[in-house]
Amino acid sequence: MATVTEAPPTRAPVAPEKKPPRKRGRWTPYLLLLPGLLWLVVFFALPVIYQASTSVQTGSLEEGYKVTWHFATYWDALSEYWPQFVRSVLYAASATVLCLLLGYPLAYLIAFRAGRWRNLIMILVIAPFFTSFLIRTLAWKTILADGGPVVGALDALHVLDVTAFLGWTAGDRVLATPLAVVCGLTYNFLPFMILPLYTSLERIDPRLHEAAGDLYAKPSTTFRKVTFPLSMPGVVSGTLLTFIPASGDYINSDLLGSTDTRMVGNVIQSQFLRILDYPTAAALSFILMAAILAVVTVYIRKSGTEDLV
Amino acid sequence: MAFVNWFKRNVVVIAGLLTLAYLLLPNVVVTVFSFNRPKGRFNYEWQQFSADAWKDPCGVSGLCESLGLSLQLAFWATLGATLLGTMIAFALVRYRFRARGAVNSLIFLPMAMPEVVMAASLLTLFLNMGAELGFWTILIAHIMFCLSFVVVGVKARVMSMDPRLEQAAQDLYAGPVQTFLRVTLPIAAPGIAAGALLAFALSFDDFIITNFNAGSTVTFPMFVWGSAQRGTPVQINVIGTAMFVVAVALVLVSMAVGNRRKRQKA
Repeated sequence: MATVTEAPPTRAPVAPEKKPPRKRGRWTPYLLLLPGLLWLVVFFALPVIYQASTSVQTGSLEEGYKVTWHFATYWDALSEYWPQFVRSVLYAASATVLCLLLGYPLAYLIAFRAGRWRNLIMILVIAPFFTSFLIRTLAWKTILADGGPVVGALDALHVLDVTAFLGWTAGDRVLATPLAVVCGLTYNFLPFMILPLYTSLERIDPRLHEAAGDLYAKPSTTFRKVTFPLSMPGVVSGTLLTFIPASGDYINSDLLGSTDTRMVGNVIQSQFLRILDYPTAAALSFILMAAILAVVTVYIRKSGTEDLV
Repeated sequence: MAFVNWFKRNVVVIAGLLTLAYLLLPNVVVTVFSFNRPKGRFNYEWQQFSADAWKDPCGVSGLCESLGLSLQLAFWATLGATLLGTMIAFALVRYRFRARGAVNSLIFLPMAMPEVVMAASLLTLFLNMGAELGFWTILIAHIMFCLSFVVVGVKARVMSMDPRLEQAAQDLYAGPVQTFLRVTLPIAAPGIAAGALLAFALSFDDFIITNFNAGSTVTFPMFVWGSAQRGTPVQINVIGTAMFVVAVALVLVSMAVGNRRKRQKA
């Protein structure tokens, strides 16, 4: 009854291991790396440092800002905007779980059951990307419209009573409620869950399924003991690829939610672009970054797949 | 009982197809509403059939200009990110060098960071430097966040490449340049193309980073965002539908061509 932990041999041709280092061109790797890394250092790493310094500055737009090591900004930002932080984590986590529940069957279908339809379904999963995601998110306004068929059906089935009781919806509306925002987040990041899941499912040798069947495992046991453990790399990278962007998103909350569904991304955006309170905005953004990095590090350590990239 | 058994066997297929429907439903709505004639400024409620918007897709001021700008940005961002990213990928797979770990994390971090964080920090840099926000700041940002995705795509392809092919080329007296152009590049091409395609899609559809660093420049996603506040013209749906149809058609054609070539070879 041991769980299968070893990856099966992949069907792709395996490249020979460790090549000898080239003798010629000792400087070649550095020359190849230089322009790209310089770009990342100047426009990715340096900005993060600038942002950290902005977060401890005080001053005003008119008189300019100075670094005063004013760490109270962090405390003020957290004590004022902690509900938005909590909401971001809750919404992003719910969307991630929903993406996993919805995405797994589809990834499984493409990997094992689609046969000659595989390529077509693959195209249909990727195709929506070609229409701007903002346009598609706006379409949810129509789908979830008050008194529309979806809301009507949910109301008739008394689903709305349950969700309203749980605080996910309000009255007979779905738009402008947490449910609508989570639904939009789930929709927007679902392909990022499906693609890594598919990649790791597709690598599973189908003979392992037959072997499990031969050993009298029921289909559900086969799934629990063989398929799911082997798809773990896909589950880990899929959940990260969903959770990270979802936690910083402000589009879905803005378009499908209300002022009661504001997430931390909304706060950062409005502080930076409308209120122009740069230190608070920088502090919030820095906290979000630190939190995400902590989550990612712990998660990757726990799940034991360190070679994600 | 037969039905229950059938259902049990196909429950994964049914669930998968339902998910597919969930993924495609908004595109159906976008397409249907491109034929709407809305009352008022917002195109969220079905009124009556009309093909007016299809006859005049540029009828809204600023729409096609923003589309042109987005295509232009995506083109240059793809070019820049693919060039820089491919170079990094080759260095990572083919060479040994110091500080490999640091290089790897510098490439991984932009993908592991919420977009809003990168957007906000880049804006603080530009503000500090007194840079004028516009086309160039957007382009810089797009190349930055597309770069890592190109590296990952090209790296995977180059890694699965057999180095003996290049050794064989050299044994047959091909110089380093010739080996690279005739052997290495053609084999790596699918990886580079995939990376470039992803970069184009990411750049073209980017909103958050662009919104922070665009100043008063309006790309297509920013036009859509603005119209969501002021009133959504039907033409947005026309453009969205057209892009979807053209992209799917291109993919289908390229697949058909690929299949035919395979058959001819066989």
